[in-house]
Amino acid sequence: MNVMDTRATSAMLYLDGVHVSFDGFHAINNLSLMLAPGEMRAIIGPNGAGKTTMMDIITGKTKPDEGTVLFDGTVDLTRLDETRIAELGIGRKFQKPTVFESQTVQDNLLLALNVDHSVRGTLFWRGSKAESERIDNVLETIRLTGARNRLAGSLSHGQKQWLEIGMLLAQDPKVLLVDEPVAGMTDVETHLTAELLKQINRNHTIMVVEHDMTFVRELGVKVSCLHEGTVLAEGTIDQVSSNERVVEVYLGR
Amino acid sequence: MTPHILTRSLDRAATSFILIVAAVGVLIPLSNLLLPQGSIFQVPTYLVALWGKYVCYAILALSIDLIWGYCGILSLGHGAFFALGGYAMGMYLMRQIGSRGVYGNPILPDFMVFLNWDRLPWYWYGFDNFAFAALMVLLVPGLLAFCFGWLAFRSRVTGVYLSIITQAMTYALLLGFFRNDFGFGGNNGLTDFKDILGFNVQADGTRCALFLLSCLALLVSFLICRVVVTSKLGKVLIAVRDAESRTRFLGYRVESYKLFVFTLSACMAGVAGALYVPQVGIINPSEFAPGNSIEAVIWVAVGGRGTLVGAALGAVVVNYAKTLFTSGPLAPYWLFMLGALFILVTLLLPKGIVGTFNAWWEPWKAQRASADDISAAREDGISEPNPAE
Repeated sequence: MNVMDTRATSAMLYLDGVHVSFDGFHAINNLSLMLAPGEMRAIIGPNGAGKTTMMDIITGKTKPDEGTVLFDGTVDLTRLDETRIAELGIGRKFQKPTVFESQTVQDNLLLALNVDHSVRGTLFWRGSKAESERIDNVLETIRLTGARNRLAGSLSHGQKQWLEIGMLLAQDPKVLLVDEPVAGMTDVETHLTAELLKQINRNHTIMVVEHDMTFVRELGVKVSCLHEGTVLAEGTIDQVSSNERVVEVYLGR
Repeated sequence: MTPHILTRSLDRAATSFILIVAAVGVLIPLSNLLLPQGSIFQVPTYLVALWGKYVCYAILALSIDLIWGYCGILSLGHGAFFALGGYAMGMYLMRQIGSRGVYGNPILPDFMVFLNWDRLPWYWYGFDNFAFAALMVLLVPGLLAFCFGWLAFRSRVTGVYLSIITQAMTYALLLGFFRNDFGFGGNNGLTDFKDILGFNVQADGTRCALFLLSCLALLVSFLICRVVVTSKLGKVLIAVRDAESRTRFLGYRVESYKLFVFTLSACMAGVAGALYVPQVGIINPSEFAPGNSIEAVIWVAVGGRGTLVGAALGAVVVNYAKTLFTSGPLAPYWLFMLGALFILVTLLLPKGIVGTFNAWWEPWKAQRASADDISAAREDGISEPNPAE
């Protein structure tokens, strides 16, 4: 890999020729993908297409066997661990909603705030007005103001999904990776989530992995279809869904 | 605006706990020293020492609860840190014997004379000084925990694997301390203590002072734990316990947090051991036995994991039961009873004594609080949000 002394790319996220295999299974195969700053991109693809593995690579959970993964044009993400990548400004929402169930909604957001995360900083932490205002704002955005003192574990599935999106907002990353945000949601919740993501997209770059086509259509953004660890098609939802290869992959050969 | 770090850490249960420990710490020595012998209110000296032992166990239980209850680190080798603190104190007490030993050697403890050693091993230097020994009580367990934790947490050893290697650690120390050439008295350990800071360790006054100090140490440990768990760091610890990788993706360096509490907890266990040794009069390698560490975990489980007060309570209750049953005709069955207790608590009271009590008490308290909330919200004209179900 060549040393970057200048910005290699203007992309916010840049993946080129990435390969990952687990015990001989090629989960990611020559994957190349670019996300422009401020863009929202939807990623679709059948099960096992490598969508979650791609997020694992970007967030440092999995190291690629080869390939380039650049953040903000300069930072080589393959050399960093999860904590460092999160500090740089890449936030992630998991497929299965993962919130801190035994803590209140408010505390979940407090933990997510992008403030001093050192042992000393948290031990001697004292809340500030700015922090509580930010938490109030996020609570309002994710419609959980009334539930702020409830334990996160007692929330409904849809509310947990939102809380997790809210934690991403509190973290205020440059890039949000959102894995299946509407899985298990009602139609109304799905619609509200699409609105929420569009609102967040005004000042964040977002990558959304989703199976729900109605939802992807509602987002109205560029779509990449993944198959067997590589990008099969890219374009608007109509272009992608009319692509013969995509149809073939979804219906089975 | 935000309450002070200490006031924040004191809720009702914590305050009651502090008051009870303080009262016990003052009243028991007073009754022992001031009331005439034979009075029904006079606490005999052997009981003062026995309860002093329980208090030391309570500190050990607190230290385990801090890492297990709040951070999910199940150490099955915490007895090792307790024993190391005990040995540091034991070494000081050995050096205080001076020429009053059986062999009358002013420098060498009896067991070294017996082994025909002609000089003190280097690691015994300085232990004639109380301040140095006290420092070692904190430093040795702390340093071991730091090195052990640094390696284990960085390699992301978690769960049952971590528990197993902590067992291996204490077992390795057990084997080491059993050896005569290790220089800590081998099988017999360190005993026959005479003085501590110039006071006779057998005297009533010294016993009472040690008891008072143990209670004080329990209070200080409790306060430290409360400050830690009620700070934002405490919330991070619970986050690590419940969803470690999520915490990492939020940008927290999980291994640093684990290392911090693990080391802090080991230092507390060391202090407990150091106070324990002069009260029981002996420290030997059996303190490193893996079974001891497991027993300490049972105390915490019985009292209530993640409650602090419960850990201390569990240590006292289980050890009181142990004293009661091992001195009667049921003595041979104590281990079966302990095992049964653990199974029963796991099945019937998974939250332990205090946790179960809280589970009854909290909903009632929450109901009252939410009633206040709703009336406040009505006044503000805010309607209840629609549940998203």
